[in-house]
Amino acid sequence: MTQENPQVKIKAQGVTVHYGEARALHGIDLDLNAHEVTALIGPSGCGKSTFLRCINRMNDVIDGCRVNGLIAIDGQDIYDGAIDVVELRARVGMVFQKPNPFPKSIYDNVAYGPRIHGIAQNRDDLDGIVETSLKRAGLWNEVKDRLAESGTSLSGGQQQRLCIARAIAVSPDVVLMDEPCSALDPIATAIIEELMEELRNDYTIVIVTHSMQQAARISQRTAYFHLGDLVEHGPTQSIFTNPANSQTEAYISGKIG
Amino acid sequence: MNDKHIVSSFDRDLAELNQMVARLGGMAEQQLAAAIDALENRSADRLEAIISADGELDDLEFSINERAIEVIAMRSPMATDLRRIVAALKVGSVLERIGDYAKNIAKRTRVIIAEERDPRDSISVARMAGLVQQMLNQVLDAYATGNDELAMEVWDRDQEVDQMHTSLYSEVLGKMVNVGDMAAVHSHFLFIAKNIERVGDHTTSVAEQVYFLVHGVMPGDERPKADAASSTQGADIES
Repeated sequence: MTQENPQVKIKAQGVTVHYGEARALHGIDLDLNAHEVTALIGPSGCGKSTFLRCINRMNDVIDGCRVNGLIAIDGQDIYDGAIDVVELRARVGMVFQKPNPFPKSIYDNVAYGPRIHGIAQNRDDLDGIVETSLKRAGLWNEVKDRLAESGTSLSGGQQQRLCIARAIAVSPDVVLMDEPCSALDPIATAIIEELMEELRNDYTIVIVTHSMQQAARISQRTAYFHLGDLVEHGPTQSIFTNPANSQTEAYISGKIG
Repeated sequence: MNDKHIVSSFDRDLAELNQMVARLGGMAEQQLAAAIDALENRSADRLEAIISADGELDDLEFSINERAIEVIAMRSPMATDLRRIVAALKVGSVLERIGDYAKNIAKRTRVIIAEERDPRDSISVARMAGLVQQMLNQVLDAYATGNDELAMEVWDRDQEVDQMHTSLYSEVLGKMVNVGDMAAVHSHFLFIAKNIERVGDHTTSVAEQVYFLVHGVMPGDERPKADAASSTQGADIES
């Protein structure tokens, strides 16, 4: 269920993105609420992942990519010159489609962020952060006796939870997920989905997914993108039972490719 | 908007479900017409056939449920598709219920034919039944074509049915008082009138489903109520 009085965590206003001459997003206005999971859906190339990557300035690293308009987190413009991008990406964590643990130990995968951001004062602190993060990611019981083993030795679903633990180890406000379950089996997917429901108590979660059922299961709000436009945005129940826009209806019903 | 799904077998599933509901609708209409016909003509010939045919409606409703559940499980329908399937489930059960009323009318007709002494004391339900049959026919058309305006016309007409039921109720009550030895027959007429009135109510619930199917919300206004019989003392409460 959506909240009674949601707090806007992320505000996007007139967000336009160009890749060279090609315009990928045409002025997106979208408010994302704290403690909610917002699902971004739409056909491939609709701009949903581009929009997601604007929220932690991942587009900065793409040559020829220009972002215009406003994106503010807690009222602060994240494209402001004074913003430290490294710090921003600690506040806005990201989990990718394919689990991408570092080729390091399970422990170091989680400890890496707190170390470089100077979050832990000493080894005890760090141990505590690693344990808490792995617990919150629902992985602790499976790995507590093998923390020194390589992160890449875990199964796909475990690796993805390790990546979630790594993202939350630096105490972010926002977690972005770009098709986090598309490489996982249904059980691993269910575990991640259950995890998201818990994580939204503390974080704002934005997820790109190609699975309509996943969007319907996990999100409080859904935004439908098409050809670089935000077509419709609203409570997930309404979007999937009675969308206002006929393009949205066609997409969720499997009527356009 | 394109009406066709990319996965065309999904369209065939939905079409099949629609056809099943349409077939059940046709059967319910036939049963009701046959029962009313038998009653009005005091003709016992087809009563047994009507009563035993009710099982076919039950079976078809069961098949609709099974098919609908399969489609939900296999296709994960959304939006209008989902509403279409939920409506098929609900309309299916309403039509099955209408079949039950027809069967019940046929059973009571059997008793009326056997017990009735003097045709001068008999009662005609033809007018009320005619209206309800027309409503049923229209609402099935509205369902098949997704015509919410036609559905709402039916919805509005239920008021007339209620009024007719109220006056029929008084008429039967009057006969019960004046022709004391026919109480058993007359009480069957009371129930038959109530059955027909209930069929009218059911057509309005089909109408609501058509509206829901088209708009995704239920019609806002209260359904018109003009059935004083149900608030009259001595009226049967609910079957």
